[in-house]
Amino acid sequence: MAIEAGPARMMATLGIAGLSSGFALVSIHLLTQPRIERNRAEALEAAIYHVLPGASRSEAFVLRDGELTPFRDPEGRLPDEEAVYAGYDDAGEPVGFAIPAEGPGFQDTIKLIYGYDPARRRIVGMEVLESRETPGLGDKIIKDDAFVENFRDLAVTPELVVVKRKRTRENEVDAISGATISSNAVVRIINEANARWLVRLPGGDATVRAPSPVAAQTARGPD
Amino acid sequence: MQTSDPAYDELVKGFWRENPVFVQLLGLCPALAVTNSAINGLAMGAATTFVLVGSSLLVSSLRSVIPKQVRITSFIIVIATFVTVTDLTLQALAPTIHKELGAFIALIVVNCLILGRQEAFASRNPVRRAVADAGGMALGFSLALVMLGAIRELLGTGSLFGVDVLGPGFEPWVIMILPPGGFITLGLLLALFAYVRERRISASQAVGGGTPVRRAA
Repeated sequence: MAIEAGPARMMATLGIAGLSSGFALVSIHLLTQPRIERNRAEALEAAIYHVLPGASRSEAFVLRDGELTPFRDPEGRLPDEEAVYAGYDDAGEPVGFAIPAEGPGFQDTIKLIYGYDPARRRIVGMEVLESRETPGLGDKIIKDDAFVENFRDLAVTPELVVVKRKRTRENEVDAISGATISSNAVVRIINEANARWLVRLPGGDATVRAPSPVAAQTARGPD
Repeated sequence: MQTSDPAYDELVKGFWRENPVFVQLLGLCPALAVTNSAINGLAMGAATTFVLVGSSLLVSSLRSVIPKQVRITSFIIVIATFVTVTDLTLQALAPTIHKELGAFIALIVVNCLILGRQEAFASRNPVRRAVADAGGMALGFSLALVMLGAIRELLGTGSLFGVDVLGPGFEPWVIMILPPGGFITLGLLLALFAYVRERRISASQAVGGGTPVRRAA
């Protein structure tokens, strides 16, 4: 370490260090990337089947020119853009759509996915994928079964409403006591995603508030 | 080789006498941030161990070719490379743990414990001793994180390493798994360590009247 070096020596050292580091990083990236992609795809697939009871196969759809288009990647990668996932049961019959959505929670972005049955216009399941809500309070949006149960059979029209008493209407969600902000956040995220997606799904119409007139005109789907 | 292996001495000092968290007060940021459960503490400790031992090994082997003026930059390149390797490997092999630790894996780069060991030890000592020193410090760091995590998890959720130990009758002290619980636990542990050390010193002075014992453990 006692070397006093000239500029050439210093540049050479850092250049070699940077090059070897870059080589190591590229190698590890190439080695791990397929596995990381597969982990993500498997986690998403498990979540889709969880929020769409009865589904055993899924297919991704993305928006192309305002229309739902099947997304197929030869290498099985997930779409980079916003997508919804149609779920099919063993007989190949469609059971609904799994819709990923995200929005601000109490502390950080909440990412979730929920299952929607267009035939019955109901939400049939919801799973929070990522959140940093307060442990013991806000994280009940994941851990409180009674709260998650709200989303097993929930009408989407006119929109979801959070209530602090026992739910009486089909579109109401019981808030978690002590975690009102997190409960509201989940419902708001789903409402926003509904407004964006439901008109684009088969059977969608203007009963759900559309975010813009453009979106309302494109109420067509793949089926 | 001498009769008392110096490498062994370097290894054990990190556990207690120079414990990075409890004595040197280094790396407190991860020590507070990820220790809301024992398993997270352990995972963070393991990741840091890999980075610290790997970096020390490399820095010590290259110590005669790195010019003095660019040494810190070189250390950081080495450390950052090891951190990215850890980050990607965890993402591929243990995605749940990676999700729990989140950004704190990437932040191992700025853990002053690691850069500190390169500058203070690895860049001035032969490979064997540098690796022993790094291993000892890393294990001491992991020990501290697991201790913090275990206490916070036990009081904050009633479980230990994810296994329920206090039963359903226990009302969790939620504050223990929130950030304030980290500060409270760390403060109490620091007080405990300082108290034990002082007792040792005054006891040895009372008996021998000489210098404090070198190896507290």
